[in-house]
Amino acid sequence: MTIGDVAIRIKDVSHQFGEPGDAQFVRVLQHASLDILRGELVCLIGPSGCGKSTLLNVIGGLIRPSSGTVEVGANLIHGPLPREIAFVFQENALFPWCTIIDNVRLGMVFQGVSKDQHEDRARTSLEAVGLSEFMRYYPEQLSGGMRQRAALARALSLETNILLMDEPFGALDEQTRMILGEDLSVLLARTAKTIVFVTHSLGEAVFLADRVAIFSARPGTIKATIKIDEPHPRKPGFVTTEKFAQLRNQLYGLLHDEIRKGVEFTAVMGPDS
Amino acid sequence: MNGQQEQQERWLSRCLQIGFVLVLLLLWYLGTTYWGISGILLPNPVMVLHDLKEVLGSGEFLPDLEVTLFEVAVAFALSCVSGLALGYLISRSPYLIAVFEPLLSSVYSIPIILFLPLFVLFFGLGPWSKIALGATISFFPIVLNTIAGFRYVDRIFITAARSMGASNAQMFRYVLLPAALPVVLTGLRIGFTIALLAVLGSETIASFAGLGHRIAQLADAMETVRMFAYITFAVAIAAGLNALVSSLERQAKRR
Repeated sequence: MTIGDVAIRIKDVSHQFGEPGDAQFVRVLQHASLDILRGELVCLIGPSGCGKSTLLNVIGGLIRPSSGTVEVGANLIHGPLPREIAFVFQENALFPWCTIIDNVRLGMVFQGVSKDQHEDRARTSLEAVGLSEFMRYYPEQLSGGMRQRAALARALSLETNILLMDEPFGALDEQTRMILGEDLSVLLARTAKTIVFVTHSLGEAVFLADRVAIFSARPGTIKATIKIDEPHPRKPGFVTTEKFAQLRNQLYGLLHDEIRKGVEFTAVMGPDS
Repeated sequence: MNGQQEQQERWLSRCLQIGFVLVLLLLWYLGTTYWGISGILLPNPVMVLHDLKEVLGSGEFLPDLEVTLFEVAVAFALSCVSGLALGYLISRSPYLIAVFEPLLSSVYSIPIILFLPLFVLFFGLGPWSKIALGATISFFPIVLNTIAGFRYVDRIFITAARSMGASNAQMFRYVLLPAALPVVLTGLRIGFTIALLAVLGSETIASFAGLGHRIAQLADAMETVRMFAYITFAVAIAAGLNALVSSLERQAKRR
């Protein structure tokens, strides 16, 4: 497994909701193309409604694009590929009727992991995110940050090569986000997974990513990518360096006009779906 | 400390509830013993208690209780099976929900007891007319809650399960069912309560046997004391059954 192979090939993906002429018609993605390398962490960043989450769902096989293709390894994506791809969603997608460890186990039941491995894998992944002591708790008994750690543990236990994360820290406060970001960087440096990470936060993108893909306003397309050349795991001190500030500013410059367009578009059309 | 306060408040309200019932019983006793209320309209509670002992001791209530319980059990079983199955099927299609949900809710809101004469005409004075009425009435809360329970399962749970490769059977067993369960169980409890109500009520109107029948018969014979004894017995049975169903519901929800 050498860095350099293409893990995910996104070719000319366009997507629209509804039909032209409908009141609900929205063109969300237009000719988005991107190659994501094996073991790479790519952040998708862009204005609200630019289709970055839609693209993530297309990669994961949860949405079929109106046109274009996604290839994962040798597979052309038609639907979910649970043995290859795991998700961490923005919202709390843990099942509230199961304890934390049962949530992790259930993922493996769905994926078809043989039963004798459940206990071990669940414990290992919960330990990795620091939730060993809380595995008998129900999701509602945990804080938002801990719930997202648990969701991450569920995804890790599936041992997929690819991890898709849809603003996993979007609903958390700034400090919790920072800590989770640091822990994530340490954790992922060990796993050699290919990761696509959708975020709103410039700092988060620069801190986590090997490469950041910047979206244009809706209909979204990938306008530019910038490389973040800094070894993993990232040190907390990275955020105070000149390099970090420069990269963040470069990103901000690329994004600013698009965000303004996005906001104006949203003001005319109403909030995005 | 907060928990302690809550505990205290709970105790206080329990005491008030019990006190309220005791005051009513006391008023009943005083009214019939000292204030000259006619024994035919309202018998003395001491005499009622005496008769109740006799009824329980002799076991004369057994045949009537058997009939009533049989009717409730069959009526509830019928409405459970049909309500759960139809409710689930309807909930699978937004189109079917749009058609049937308003239809079922509007039928639920009419007094279905009015169909009792019709059911007596169809099924006779025996148990089957009560079963038909009980099943019809309790079908509605069960089917409506089943639709509601399965319809409002959060999309994110379905999407998450699908992304992890859940099959249709697994989706039902591990996601849809547990998500819908609390609302469905509430429907079952309401269904049971009103099936019991419908059976007892219709027994007092037109029947050959059952607790409701016995109560109506005693009223006709002006045997008010014994009638009250039977009413007390029927209330105790109903309260016991409802408490049982409620505790089953709570237990299933906790899991």
